[in-house]
Amino acid sequence: MDAVVSQLKDGMTIGIGGWATRRKPMALVRAIARSNLKDLTIVAYGGPDVGLLAASGKMKKLVFAFVSMDQIPIEPHFKNARQAGTLDVFELDEGMFHWGLRAAAMKMPFLPTRVGVGTDLLKHHDFKTVKSPYADGEEFIAMPAIKLDVALLHTHRSDQAGNTLTLSMDPFFDELMARAADKVFVSTEKLVSTPELEMSKNFRFNMFERAVVTGVVEAPGGAHPTSAAPDYNLDMEHLKAYVAGAESAEAWAAYKTQYIDVSPEAYLEAVGGLDKLRAIKAPAY
Amino acid sequence: MTYSLAELLIVASAEAWRNDGEMMATGIGPLPRLGSGLAKMTFNPGLMITDGESFYSTIPVSPGARCEPDNVEGWSPYDRTFSTLWSGKRHSMVGPVQLDRFGQANISIIGDDYKKPKVAMLGARGFPGNSISHPNSFFFPSHNKRAFVSGEVDFVCMVGYNPARYLGGKQPAGLDLRIIVSDLAVLDFGGPNHAIRVKSLHPGVTFDQVQDNTGFDLVKPDTIPTTPAPTEEQLKIIAQLDKYDVRKKVLKGDPPGDRR
Repeated sequence: MDAVVSQLKDGMTIGIGGWATRRKPMALVRAIARSNLKDLTIVAYGGPDVGLLAASGKMKKLVFAFVSMDQIPIEPHFKNARQAGTLDVFELDEGMFHWGLRAAAMKMPFLPTRVGVGTDLLKHHDFKTVKSPYADGEEFIAMPAIKLDVALLHTHRSDQAGNTLTLSMDPFFDELMARAADKVFVSTEKLVSTPELEMSKNFRFNMFERAVVTGVVEAPGGAHPTSAAPDYNLDMEHLKAYVAGAESAEAWAAYKTQYIDVSPEAYLEAVGGLDKLRAIKAPAY
Repeated sequence: MTYSLAELLIVASAEAWRNDGEMMATGIGPLPRLGSGLAKMTFNPGLMITDGESFYSTIPVSPGARCEPDNVEGWSPYDRTFSTLWSGKRHSMVGPVQLDRFGQANISIIGDDYKKPKVAMLGARGFPGNSISHPNSFFFPSHNKRAFVSGEVDFVCMVGYNPARYLGGKQPAGLDLRIIVSDLAVLDFGGPNHAIRVKSLHPGVTFDQVQDNTGFDLVKPDTIPTTPAPTEEQLKIIAQLDKYDVRKKVLKGDPPGDRR
């Protein structure tokens, strides 16, 4: 974990995979939170990953369409940072965000879209427009590429070479993040041999090829408290403790001591161990 | 026959999807979600409704429940949801924090300082793209001037019928705002230049009461019907679709639907 963080630098633009409370590479996020890194630009379909980095003072700028924990709609640490006026933001529609990653993945400077037209996203951010060269002549917003220095993604299985399986119901936009980034670090629930991936059967769960993967780190429970279904589900009880940590500086210090300033092994023990995680019932949406 | 206000609002919400044919229906929040389910189980079986996660279900899943494996009829990961919504084959009913006279809606921030907002909420989410791609309706459990604001919303997430903001002066082709269901009335955009008008008043509510709780002028038709009460069959289906009685906890005190 620390080997990955040692390859990150102050001021980098880092994309974090997953969506809200699902399949976030939280072990890597916690490792960043306890490092000396600073002034990061974070790009995420945001959940507690964004909140945790906001509360840890690691984030200078956030590129986002939302920060939410679904069942707990408002992310309190993000809310605090935003209301304190300390965070630079580049706010987007979810689809513009998707388009920006796709442009970067395709090595395009922008992709045209109608999305954003008529909204205040245009008032606060400097979007250019582009006119269709065809007969329709329609004017579009030129959604700029969201290039990433690094993408951090959580997978279910990987071999040492970076052949991965993402077994959850929704792959989200991890593939685009992987292709939009110069370096890609993957945390995985279980590091296995290549034959153990059973790729001939599981190929539909393989989101990107190993050539885009810079490094792999094994992190059992590495998405907790977010879900890594089917291995384990969202831990609502822990999420409540995390939310309570936003109530005061003392509350955050206590949370940080117990859950962030510890090794991944100690974290897993503090939250009850892998067997406990695997027994958590799936939430309703 | 007695019915709750929540049940009246579910029935009123269902009407949003009556003539949509085969498309994705998304009701955000328990009452609009139950409304979409009621529409599917009665007058529009073509609707496609997700379990709130990644599957389309044959029978709408009760709020608070998980989709049973044999009830899954299709897959809707986010990538496909964007493809669907950009194609126009979706009708959402959403619950913004603020709505203005143009139908512009906000869920991002409250206050006029974008760098340091008074209240930070979710962010624009998918509202900008939804609003110019497919039909949208709105749901407000509490009709008041904080929700129905005078002037413009603090941050325009959803485009409304406001020509001053159109790119190149052209109304976005997919902009199609349908109905607003609140705890007082059903409204639509059928006034002059898409002005918001009262379509029906809930039993026991007057036009003045709706106007007094709205921050802008509403269009008042000569005659305003009363929002139809749920039928016995509708109440039965609602109860089946809401097996944990979530609808009873949405509105404070679960008030009756007929306030006469």
